[in-house]
Amino acid sequence: MERITFDLASTPLREVNGYLHRLPGGDQSHVDVKNPDGAHNIAVGLDQPVTVEIHGHAGYYAGGMNKQASVIVHGSAGTGVAENMMSGKVHVKGFASNGAGATAHGGLLVIDGDAGLRCGISLKGGDIVVGGSVGSFSAFMAQAGRMVICGDAGDALGDSLYEAVIYLRGEAKSLGADARFEPMTDADLKTLGDLLAASGMDHDPKSFKRIASSRSLYHWNADANQEY
Amino acid sequence: MCGIVGLLVKTPALKQQLGQLMVPMLIGMTERGPDSAGLAVFGEPLEGSARKLSLYSGLTDDGADFNWHGLTHALKEHLSVDAQIEVKHNHAVLTFDVSPDMIKKWLREHHPRLHILSTGQTIDLYKDIGTPTQVAERYGFASLTGSHLVGHTRMATESAVTPDRAHPFTAGEDFCLVHNGSLSNPYGVRRKLEPFGIHFDTDNDTEAACRFLEWRLREGDDLETALQKGFEELDGFYTFLMGTPDKLALIRDPFACKPAVVAETDDYVAIASEFRSLAHLPGVKHAKVFEPAPEEMYVWNA
Repeated sequence: MERITFDLASTPLREVNGYLHRLPGGDQSHVDVKNPDGAHNIAVGLDQPVTVEIHGHAGYYAGGMNKQASVIVHGSAGTGVAENMMSGKVHVKGFASNGAGATAHGGLLVIDGDAGLRCGISLKGGDIVVGGSVGSFSAFMAQAGRMVICGDAGDALGDSLYEAVIYLRGEAKSLGADARFEPMTDADLKTLGDLLAASGMDHDPKSFKRIASSRSLYHWNADANQEY
Repeated sequence: MCGIVGLLVKTPALKQQLGQLMVPMLIGMTERGPDSAGLAVFGEPLEGSARKLSLYSGLTDDGADFNWHGLTHALKEHLSVDAQIEVKHNHAVLTFDVSPDMIKKWLREHHPRLHILSTGQTIDLYKDIGTPTQVAERYGFASLTGSHLVGHTRMATESAVTPDRAHPFTAGEDFCLVHNGSLSNPYGVRRKLEPFGIHFDTDNDTEAACRFLEWRLREGDDLETALQKGFEELDGFYTFLMGTPDKLALIRDPFACKPAVVAETDDYVAIASEFRSLAHLPGVKHAKVFEPAPEEMYVWNA
């Protein structure tokens, strides 16, 4: 398989992204990006089953809008990694900043370290597995998809949650409005086992708790007096 | 949007390279803050009761042609003060061994448009409008030495683009603060401070935070206690980076709306809004890199 290296210390990022966008259909080549040095928008908008390895820390929106491709960040990722991903996989070996996997429609985002605030905000069908802990307001208004948190969560986890499901191994500082703990079913254990295996995380699915929406915000309740 | 940078060297030999290491950090934040830039550098304290002021003449009619030596002559004549002056373009550091209040009062009376940037025994402060590259070249930032510094690149949102509204802001002596974000209650904070006789130079929101925290320090709070009161009092979005003669301190608002990343090695602690401002630092590939948590205090000792 062809393997190409781009060095961002000498090659403009636009050239690298342009190359990745022009790849022929079905291309499975392997691209290495050296010296990312925190640049924004590395490997965004990909639409081929290519593998891109970023060797260092990435800036904002790495792997954003990804389709089909596998993007690996050997370092940390800035704000909005894999934002609005449609399919494929984005794997951050270090930590991720705020808004990781925001609005992702599909695909799998794996973060080996911690994720910042608002991880998986407005998740629309993608899967997110975080090896460490997530910051406050994670999975806010998450509509569909699964979010696995192997560590702890900050405040207001799953606030105004729709139909996305959260699996939490540690403790949440607080749950958001309408989010509640629910018993793990056999289907949950199977789903979670598959997600952990796909992410290379070695945890017993039975050590997780399920958090989902109680759906009490789905309809206007005049008697609630604006208190939830 | 704005960019913040901070650098504290642990290895004494690196003090000579402080400016050189910092300039690419500041320039790296140009996209976040292209309209103004500035920094405060902390060096060896002056001896005894000597004090220094950083002064900016860009707002006077004479601008960079300001008669700095005329100023020292006048201070000798009017106040019998022997002051030394070191001039760079429209900036000067005035050193003397009397009460700084007396000098500042005289300056306000005789040169009302001469802007007093900072007061203290260890701090030198520079700020001006222009890109970070232009400002760094104007004042020779690359040759600055010292133990730590706090820098800022500005994209103004809350007040006009003028040199006095650029960051860092200072209050009292040997204290400065830079801010990425916007406060929602700066006028409330001002109304609280003004009855104590605290004077504001500008209408900038960051100045309210700076004067609030310095007021707490002056009232006897240690830095940690003052920052805790800051969390309670200051509302809005912020990453604040502060400098004192022996410390750098960083806090982020509870929503972590504004970014910050830290790289620490045995030789230095470097802070920036984004990693791209740290990527050039020696040994950064093996540094401990982390994102400071919201509503936590990070304090590093020089």
